[in-house]
Amino acid sequence: MPFVNWLKRNLVVIAGLLTLAYLLLPNIVVTVFSFNKPKGRFNYEWQQFSTDAWKDPCGVAGMCGSLSLSLQIAFWATLGATVLGAMIAFALVRYRFRARGAVNSLIFLPMAMPEVVMAASLLTLFLNMGAELGFWTILIAHIMFCLSFVVTAVKARVMSMDPRLEQAAQDLYAGPFQTFLRVTLPIAAPGIAAGALLAFALSFDDFIITNFNAGSTVTFPMFVWGSAQRGTPVQINVIGTAMFLVAVLFVLASMVISNRRNKHKA
Amino acid sequence: MSTLTEAPPPLSPTAPEKKPPRRRGRWTPYWLLLPGLLWLLVFFALPMIYQASTSVQTGSLEEGYKVTWHFATYWDALSEYWPQFVRSVLYAAAATILCLVLGYPLAYLIAFRAGRWRNLIMILVIAPFFTSFLIRTLAWKTILADGGPVVGALNTLHVLDVTSWLGWTAGDRVLATPLAVVCGLTYNFLPFMILPLYTSLERIDGRLHEAAGDLYARPITTFRKVTFPLSMPGVVSGTLLTFIPAAGDYVNAELLGSTDTRMIGNVIQTQFLRVLDYPTAAALSFILMAAILFMVTFYIRRSGTEDLV
Amino acid sequence: MKTTDSSGDVRLSGISKTYGSFTAVHPLDLTVPQGSFFALLGASGCGKTTTLRMIAGLEEPSSGTVHLGDQDVTALPPYKRPVNTVFQSYALFPHLDIFENVAFGLRRRGIKSVKKQVEDMLELVQLGEQARKKPHQLSGGQQQRVAVARALINHPKVLLLDEPLGALDLKLRRQMQLELKRIQTEVGITFIHVTHDQEEAMTMADTVAVMNAGRVEQLGSPADLYENPRTTFVANFLGTSNLIEAEVDSKSGDDIVLKAGDGKLVLPEARCAAPAGAGGKVLVGVRPEKISLTHADDAGEIPVGRNRVTGRIAATSFIGVSTQYIVDSAVCPELEVYVQNVDRDTRLVPGAEVVLHWSPAHTFGLDAAQDIDAGLEEEAAA
Repeated sequence: MPFVNWLKRNLVVIAGLLTLAYLLLPNIVVTVFSFNKPKGRFNYEWQQFSTDAWKDPCGVAGMCGSLSLSLQIAFWATLGATVLGAMIAFALVRYRFRARGAVNSLIFLPMAMPEVVMAASLLTLFLNMGAELGFWTILIAHIMFCLSFVVTAVKARVMSMDPRLEQAAQDLYAGPFQTFLRVTLPIAAPGIAAGALLAFALSFDDFIITNFNAGSTVTFPMFVWGSAQRGTPVQINVIGTAMFLVAVLFVLASMVISNRRNKHKA
Repeated sequence: MSTLTEAPPPLSPTAPEKKPPRRRGRWTPYWLLLPGLLWLLVFFALPMIYQASTSVQTGSLEEGYKVTWHFATYWDALSEYWPQFVRSVLYAAAATILCLVLGYPLAYLIAFRAGRWRNLIMILVIAPFFTSFLIRTLAWKTILADGGPVVGALNTLHVLDVTSWLGWTAGDRVLATPLAVVCGLTYNFLPFMILPLYTSLERIDGRLHEAAGDLYARPITTFRKVTFPLSMPGVVSGTLLTFIPAAGDYVNAELLGSTDTRMIGNVIQTQFLRVLDYPTAAALSFILMAAILFMVTFYIRRSGTEDLV
Repeated sequence: MKTTDSSGDVRLSGISKTYGSFTAVHPLDLTVPQGSFFALLGASGCGKTTTLRMIAGLEEPSSGTVHLGDQDVTALPPYKRPVNTVFQSYALFPHLDIFENVAFGLRRRGIKSVKKQVEDMLELVQLGEQARKKPHQLSGGQQQRVAVARALINHPKVLLLDEPLGALDLKLRRQMQLELKRIQTEVGITFIHVTHDQEEAMTMADTVAVMNAGRVEQLGSPADLYENPRTTFVANFLGTSNLIEAEVDSKSGDDIVLKAGDGKLVLPEARCAAPAGAGGKVLVGVRPEKISLTHADDAGEIPVGRNRVTGRIAATSFIGVSTQYIVDSAVCPELEVYVQNVDRDTRLVPGAEVVLHWSPAHTFGLDAAQDIDAGLEEEAAA
């Protein structure tokens, strides 16, 4: 019976870890297959170990170009969405004004809309305006759908902030601008960073909206999509694995640094 | 010493009626809102109007389109593509339920049982986001490949016989069947379920569990009567964040499915980008949007959680 | 009295605050003289914090003016007023260390070399060692001292304290009360202190203004407020009062003679806050510790000329230094009596018939038109 009891007590842990395994399985496959040497054009079956793709990650025509384009778009979209979104979040939390409800719905709706609907309608607009599809239309679309997520992230942080901190700054001779710069902004920074990180991930990984509004421009997700039809180079897996590792290392490093800083100060 | 009197408000010479000058920026919130809202109005709201207009136009690519209030497009689109609509709702609903069932234990684990592993597990949940989801979806092609270990195991256990009988799989294949598509949808949107669930679980005071136990509730009762009701905001936003994108998705159906698993997203994409039948595509997209908004509103009302944003 | 220099006087003239149809503060005139320790005392929602915030500039008055000395500061934003605040729960900047928190005000005023001043200030509040810690690494009492230091370093004309001790436990609160009093005496700055804790207000302040429902009910020194409450609210909110309904019978010299039940009570006219025409109603008040308790068998030993009420002990509780008795009487149910434990009379147990008696000089009179229970709930809540 001890085993049954143990099982009962840890059922939720086991179920949770199984889900985690389900979440991570594709990443493991991606990593393993980045060392594959496929026979045909598609990299779906294991053949033999090889580090060829890791030695020559840009060896596929157009892939690294699309990667760099995606990074550029993600950078500018993050910047735009973070600035605009943080401004909206501050206004929503810190001020009272007319039409609050309407503003809130306008921010909520893009998150409650299937991507394909936004993608199709935005394309209709661009076609009607006669806009040339490419870098700029992609950037416009990305800022649009990242905006709401940034607002939500920043809003949560600013709402949990004690308004007395800003009043204390004012009481201590800081004018409105100084108050914002010295108190509001530093305290809201984690929320803004979270919003920016989310925007970057959303923009970099977006396929559906980009696919509609890119014209002949090819971003990295579009390159992957195209290769799913024509043949998947191993280098895709190399990039996927590298991104995963960079993300994990980035987060781990920031955690170690903040831990050490806290310990040092304590 | 101190002095005090009550001043009668209107006539007192020391209490002038004039208001102090307004010194705080009345217009500040509007300036802060303006650029972002303008962006959303022009690139989100306005396109919706253009799309509504396109859906009632007739014409051809060569001669151009005119608004002729041709509502028949809606009827034609619905009667031709209703199976894809139904399929989208079914697949998305199945994926949402699976996400909830799979995601809840993990969110619970992170919130209450992970201890010092909490941050690491959190990273492992979020980190896959940073690998392109298309690459990860393609990995499922390998995992579910015909004759691969997963399919082999399911075959040995006769699971595939049951699922094939239900129409979820075909013979000894999993790829290119509804099961593969739902599996892909579940996988892709699982983090969107886990994160809001975790957020609302994490807010629950651990002592509530002890209090419930103290008041004669067995663990399962504690969960049913205390934990789950308190996590409702997370359940509601999690299901919405999963269902909405899943219903409009066409990537999983395209990469993991077959022509028999086409969802409405596939139809809209094909009509828009390949067939170039803009009115039909716009009408379909409009119907999808209306259906989702209707379901979301109804769902939020029913669950009584209106403060999602 | 330090009235020669009036540059630190705070003068409120007809100041009021309304939110829509709700009036938080009714028009009120108030002068706080330079160098005094002034307390605004009241239950939550009585308008005391709003009044304080109007002085700080964090709230715009709906009418009236605020003067600091001769300067009208009504239109000045908070960052231009020579006034600093110790906020409720301190509002220390979580992203800055203690040193930078304290230096904040100096830096904003463009003062470059702050090191010496900040270090001296941290010494004053005994936090020299903690300069490089973040606020969350300090205890509640230490955070409180940082908040005081952060405000005082700017040498404000007035220091405003908004429930500064509310978050501390009882023992620490006592300690900080003395500490704040010491600092105030040392720096000589006007302190305006908002609190709901009557004991805190009475311990620390020279002058207390008791606020209720947006108005000042009474203003005076702590002893004056305690001994001579003018309203039932003040009588009940500050300490405990026994209030007995009585009818004016006659006047004799400087005293009013009242009828309560079968007995007579005497009240000095100077201590009656109500119009006392013959036949009029008055509430007779007496503090529990002023009352003596004698067993009915010994009633003959009570000196003549004392006010007497008979009753039966309903409950007793032993507190250590004193014993509290609840006595039921025909004139008033549940009279409270505190008796010092010097020689305990073992006959004084529940059910015993007793006589309560006190000196007429300790009696005060209130207008019977008021709610006799005003201030009771607020005190319980506070």
